[in-house]
Amino acid sequence: MSAILKAPLTVEFPFTRSLGPVQSAFLTGLRERVVLGVRTGDGRVLVPPVEYDPVTAEEIRDLVEVAPTGTVTTWAWNHEPRRGQPLDRPFAWVLVRLDGADTALLHALDAPGPDAVRTGMRVRVRWAEERSGAITDIACFEPYDGEPAEPAGHGGAFDDAVTGIVAAARLDYTYSPGRAQTGYIEALGDRRIVGERCPICRKVYVPPRGACPTCGVATEERVEVGPAGTVTTFCIVNIKAKNLDIEVPYVYAHIALDGAGLALHGRIAGIPYDRVRMGLRVEPVWTEGARYPDHYRPTGEPDADYDTYKELL
Amino acid sequence: MSKEPVAVVGVGQTKHVAARRDVSIAGLVREAARRALDDAELSWADIEAVVIGKAPDFFEGVMMPELYLADALGAVGKPMMRVHTAGSVGGSTALVAASLVAARVHGTVLTLAFEKQSESNAMWGLSLPIPFQQPLLAGAGGFFAPHVRAYMRRSGAPDTVGSLVAYKNRRNALKNPYAHLHEHDITLEKVQASPMLWDPIRYSETCPSSDGAVAMVLTDRAGAARAPRPVAWMHGGAMRSEPTLFAGKDSVSPRAGRDCAADVYRQAGIVDPRREIDAVEMYVPFSWYEPMWLENLGFAAEGEGWKLTESGVTELDGDLPVDMSGGVLSTNPIGASGMIRFAEAALQVRGLAGEHQVEGARRVLGHAYGGGSQFFSMWLVGAEPPAS
Amino acid sequence: MTREEAPGDRDIAVVAFAQTDHRRTSEELSEVEMLMPVLHEVMASTGLKTADIDFTCSGSSDYLAGRAFSFTLALDGVGAWPPISESHVEMDGAWALYEAWVKLRTGDADTALVYSYGKSSPGSVRDVLTRQLDPYYLAPLWPDSVALAALQAQALIDTGATDEPALAAIGARSRADAAANPHAQLRGSVPQGEYLVRPLRTGDCPPIGDGAAAVVLAAGERARELCDRPAWIRGIDHRVEAHGIGVRDLTDSPSTRIAAERAGVHERPVDTAELHAPFSSQEVILRKVLGLDESVCVNPSGGASAANPIMAAGLIRIGEAAARIHRGESDRALAHATSGPCLQQNLVAVLEGDPR
Repeated sequence: MSAILKAPLTVEFPFTRSLGPVQSAFLTGLRERVVLGVRTGDGRVLVPPVEYDPVTAEEIRDLVEVAPTGTVTTWAWNHEPRRGQPLDRPFAWVLVRLDGADTALLHALDAPGPDAVRTGMRVRVRWAEERSGAITDIACFEPYDGEPAEPAGHGGAFDDAVTGIVAAARLDYTYSPGRAQTGYIEALGDRRIVGERCPICRKVYVPPRGACPTCGVATEERVEVGPAGTVTTFCIVNIKAKNLDIEVPYVYAHIALDGAGLALHGRIAGIPYDRVRMGLRVEPVWTEGARYPDHYRPTGEPDADYDTYKELL
Repeated sequence: MSKEPVAVVGVGQTKHVAARRDVSIAGLVREAARRALDDAELSWADIEAVVIGKAPDFFEGVMMPELYLADALGAVGKPMMRVHTAGSVGGSTALVAASLVAARVHGTVLTLAFEKQSESNAMWGLSLPIPFQQPLLAGAGGFFAPHVRAYMRRSGAPDTVGSLVAYKNRRNALKNPYAHLHEHDITLEKVQASPMLWDPIRYSETCPSSDGAVAMVLTDRAGAARAPRPVAWMHGGAMRSEPTLFAGKDSVSPRAGRDCAADVYRQAGIVDPRREIDAVEMYVPFSWYEPMWLENLGFAAEGEGWKLTESGVTELDGDLPVDMSGGVLSTNPIGASGMIRFAEAALQVRGLAGEHQVEGARRVLGHAYGGGSQFFSMWLVGAEPPAS
Repeated sequence: MTREEAPGDRDIAVVAFAQTDHRRTSEELSEVEMLMPVLHEVMASTGLKTADIDFTCSGSSDYLAGRAFSFTLALDGVGAWPPISESHVEMDGAWALYEAWVKLRTGDADTALVYSYGKSSPGSVRDVLTRQLDPYYLAPLWPDSVALAALQAQALIDTGATDEPALAAIGARSRADAAANPHAQLRGSVPQGEYLVRPLRTGDCPPIGDGAAAVVLAAGERARELCDRPAWIRGIDHRVEAHGIGVRDLTDSPSTRIAAERAGVHERPVDTAELHAPFSSQEVILRKVLGLDESVCVNPSGGASAANPIMAAGLIRIGEAAARIHRGESDRALAHATSGPCLQQNLVAVLEGDPR
């Protein structure tokens, strides 16, 4: 086998998050440079405000403003900021108990170096210049040696409250398909479809998955199948799928290639869509530069008898 | 001494809708949990453990969201587990919770399942691009439609049967205030005139994409004795799995489904499910799966399931009502859909199903499945305590 | 099946354990290809066939793999035909073992196969784990797992309970012990290295790598048939804490404390403890909460400091503790697993061998 196949895989989506009343008030408050907490039944003030009391599980809604100044309860110096973190230069992660709060908020502290940071130090919020109603409306904290700021007593009601956030998240992976699939993919480069045979049940798996799923053992013996095969069942697709440049209607079929122990999936063309039928004999059509057959077309052979493929639907 | 009998004493669910923009993820699950506790007249302190289930984490973009949800579910200081068995997960989750009671590890357990699909897009979550692999050639319906065609070929069912199921389930949903789709002007003609998406599956024969949550309180004999309302007793429960794709797989009537049902019937002492079971909440995401599962679950001989549908047996007032709540076809918060089947079965035998109550339902089957028709979970609940 | 025993009172034991060699990457193998050898190993060591297993349960995470339903592919390695009674938790395999233990306690099963696997090599695990955090206030800041552990470590240092040299000694001891563990990823002398996130240095943090593990459980006499010296699970319990790290006392682990009490840890002294402490500072907290003194052999395998395949590392702690009992190197061992930021969720099990 040649070098290990690898390719980047990016998992990325702008998740749309609805907030509910407490989180809505808090994030709207940040937009307005107001920090809100929530008061529990026994009088503790939780900042950031959560919807449910972590101790009693009771729903809590009693919003109360706290100061944008506070005290570091613990910290950690981040030498190499990573993508998405609040500052792009070295900074301290801090838990800050804001004046008037009983719990601590996680954020970044902008400080010249680790020697300038200690537990117990006083800090204040540095607001982001552009604020939209998100935790990042707090740009970071900064050292502060003044008096505790006096909260204005905001009750948490805002005009034009933020009700949702868009949380874009991107994760980058490097995908490698493993031994069996790598062999399959390499063979496709020569326009050959190669499966693997189970040493116990002797069935040929295409594409091979490295294991025979019924026997639970590795498949290793490579077996070329096809190129022709039989349409075992199908559907006619009438809606255009995203990212697919195929005119509808088209036929999406299960195709049992000759010698394979199960059907794989492909598109049928070269025949009107409404004349495709179970049992139709087909062969792959390759196009330049494509890894997989573009589609399968009729071979002109007589249809296969149902009994020959009824186990391969 | 045998297993501890398990009773359902509380059921709660959200009104299922396309997008619950007014609540956070925590707010959504909390609503269902609170309603289940209220039904059982219990408080958070009465709950000893929490078992939560949902389908892939990519749907909400939160990895293992139960960690964040621990506070909302009153789980702090308690055991909490998270189950994931694809589409069957709601059922599996309830069964894991039931085992905690049956094994006498805990007396009273909260179990819950949810999906907030509006946070992302279900098709995105289900079909993340995988390098080197051939792109999917069709959406979810395209995955299932060839199996439906195979069923039609095998059974000789007329192509009208799918529309009958959809028309029935959408009408049933009108009697269920929690159902997502409430199509007040539904007619059979409208179903039959809806666009053919993945021939042989029509638009009206497919499930919606929903935000929703469902919760149940499960308890032991002592807990059941204290319950303020009628309880549902678990008479049998089982999970079965088979591989996703394999040589010889019967996608029309998977053996895992047949074996799972047989195990449940054995536990419950059911010999003839068609006569001894009063109603079924069945996991039917595409209408044709009703006749397919009727056969798979032993309610009809192979190739005969469509005749029960066609003759009206599965109607709400029929001899074996199926999907009285409107089913997955009317409500589909994916990770919760299986547990909704289990919960609706419990509501029926408790006599608390409201307008979609089946008169005199004593034994009802809840059914869930997922993956490539490979994961099954089912339970049978009854109005009477189990015999042993 | 043994019907005469009362469910709830059944003795259940770990009768077999296997793990892969843990490596920085296993890119030449798919997940099922990585997993299958350990499944075969536990089956071979017990002589069981797939059909002899009454219940199967696994633990894994889609987010590590970057694809939904990744666990369905792993099932190919089990040979689930005829269909099997099977379940999956999106959690560390230690909780899959817990689910299987409950199933055996009901009396519905006498044997169970438990497995878990994690490939951290495809993604950036520090970034991936940020997706575990509250999605409104925390995840948008992308605080990575090392940063959160560093906040916890500093809080601990501030109390005077430890200092950086003491933390360095924990990592060094673990990896020295791992020299005797052929499966470990980091073995022997490893430089303490630079600060990753101060006060944590490379040597305080777990290696990132791929691995899998499998365990077989059996009840009562069946366990004795399958294993010369079964590791009986005398108690097992798990608890979760509030999610927000700003509402917790990061220098304590009340969930571990409750789980340990419920599992009966303190009824008699343990001789061995396998603690799932990915960060050196977390071992300090766990030792204190569990009341482990110098007489207890802690993490003879090297622990998570030597190999930390995410989603399997907790199950491996139970497996390592059981294996020491199997080999006669322990009579009563504690095993611990953790999940979530800063020890949010913890499981404790007590395992015992029959008297010798």
